[in-house]
Amino acid sequence: MEALYAITVGMLTACSIYLILRGRSFPIVIGITMLSYAVNLFLFSTGRLVLNQLPIIGNQESYTDPLPQALVLTAIVIGFAMTAYSIILAVRVRGELGTDEVNDPSPVDDEGQR
Amino acid sequence: MLTKHLVILPLLIPMLAALLQLLPWGENPQRYRRAIGMTSCSLLIVVAVALIQQSSAGPLVYALGSWEAPYGIVLVADGLSSLMVLLTSILALPVLWYACYGEDNLGSHFQALFQFQLLGILGAFLTGDLFNLFVFFEILLISSYALLMHGGGKQKLRACLHYVLLNLTGSAIFLISLGVLYGITGTLNMADLAVKISALTGDDASIARAGGLLLLIVFALKAALLPLYFWLPQAYAMTTGTVAALFAIMTKVGIYAIIRVFTLIFGDDSGAAALLGYDWLWWLGLGTLAIGGIGVMGSRDLRLVISYLVVISVGTMLTTFSMNTERSITAVMYYMLHSTLITAALFLIVDVVAKQRGKTASRIVKGRKMAQHATLGIMFFVAAIAIIGMPPFSGFIGKLFILEAARTGAQVALLWPLVLGSTFLVMVSLSRAGSRMFWHTFEGKPGDVTNPPSQLVAIGLLLAAIVALTLFANSISGFIEGIAYDVMHPSTYIEAVLGGSQPYE
Repeated sequence: MEALYAITVGMLTACSIYLILRGRSFPIVIGITMLSYAVNLFLFSTGRLVLNQLPIIGNQESYTDPLPQALVLTAIVIGFAMTAYSIILAVRVRGELGTDEVNDPSPVDDEGQR
Repeated sequence: MLTKHLVILPLLIPMLAALLQLLPWGENPQRYRRAIGMTSCSLLIVVAVALIQQSSAGPLVYALGSWEAPYGIVLVADGLSSLMVLLTSILALPVLWYACYGEDNLGSHFQALFQFQLLGILGAFLTGDLFNLFVFFEILLISSYALLMHGGGKQKLRACLHYVLLNLTGSAIFLISLGVLYGITGTLNMADLAVKISALTGDDASIARAGGLLLLIVFALKAALLPLYFWLPQAYAMTTGTVAALFAIMTKVGIYAIIRVFTLIFGDDSGAAALLGYDWLWWLGLGTLAIGGIGVMGSRDLRLVISYLVVISVGTMLTTFSMNTERSITAVMYYMLHSTLITAALFLIVDVVAKQRGKTASRIVKGRKMAQHATLGIMFFVAAIAIIGMPPFSGFIGKLFILEAARTGAQVALLWPLVLGSTFLVMVSLSRAGSRMFWHTFEGKPGDVTNPPSQLVAIGLLLAAIVALTLFANSISGFIEGIAYDVMHPSTYIEAVLGGSQPYE
């Protein structure tokens, strides 16, 4: 189970890094979303992988660590807000600049012309 | 009663103020919102002074919900945190004052976002828990995303997109490093982490080192250290002057986090993970200094010049910090007070200059005379002298501290030429800008755009703070030396947090 889990997280991270390194805003946003999935899975595993246990001490012989679950929940909420903002921003950039290239394709000297 | 809850007041004040500002205030809401914002910022200064006084006896620990460390989240106000809170509140008041004369009408909810930004910054300074630090980072980031876009405009969009995407990736790396550290130590409380990590050996210690270096990447991105600084010049140069002035404290949040984590958790006494990343900080800091100097020379826009001055100050501070002595930490903190206030003042001055020059804005070219030419010229002159580091202002004293902090031959041989060289480049660049913009003006009638005198008073307040920093340099540096001693000897901090904090009514 650990190996499968580790491979999943690793694959997700690798794919997201590939997407983040691309030059257009849409793949980058998708990549960042995927990265946050990978990170959430990784965080979840830091309490060690345990099957069918309650996050309560004292009821049973063994238990699962409740803290990573709380951390993941927080990270999901924050990640969701950030993703929403980055999508809106990417749409605005596409609309106002007419291109979804993250870097300026034709670098003009526009210093100070605001 | 109130003194017990003093530590959480710097968070409650801006949060409540922001919530109040969001209420529908009828026909002319901005008047009320400004009053609330100014009240909040003034209160913050009072609270920060009280915090400094109270924390001089020892770190104040506030267990949220009476859940004691290491199980609950704690807020800790030791000397370093209190000093940063004071610096933030001293910066916030003049900047908000300046913004209240029309700048805040350029976009919606500037006032509330400003307070939320303060909440995030102050929270990051006060928290004693790494995950809580992440949460406060996100609060300050999401307000900064919106503030960066304040006023709108095409140029801002792309700079903002870069900033957002980089910081989102940074947040993901932050979470990974938190996961690594939690997986190894089973705790996220900074004091508890310090104890647990110093006891690690073998493979566990290596994994903890990997986690620590990931943290360094995140903080270096916030602080704008060499390979991760590329977002800064464009973002700061494109946004409005007020927002840039407030952001003068943002890179310092990253530097504070580096100082806090890498002295407390990965400091001298951390066993196998001791002094993690210090050599990286030394070389990258020197590189940042050099790149900043080149950037200053190559910029043809005064805003961009000042943005690169921020980069230079980051390089100076992190290089000095990596020497890891009490003297160097004293130097870093004094320089941090100075550079935050003076960069904010410069950003505001350039904002006024750009507005009054009209079409040529802040580009370093010959332009027409400004309406308040003499006043602005004097302000720019004073601020430039201070940031270059020429006597008599605090920049000179700060750089002297930094040069004195270099002890060994290798440190002197590398640090002195780079600090002095970048100082020289800054001097050349700022005198070029000053003479083009203030002396070589076109003949004829000066422009008719004026700024209300109160805005100039706000800038004057920041400059007055610089003068105060110079006049009281001796007592301030004496006070900071005490803080530096505590930073270098984190056992007081650890004992205060873990040694059973008092329950609250």
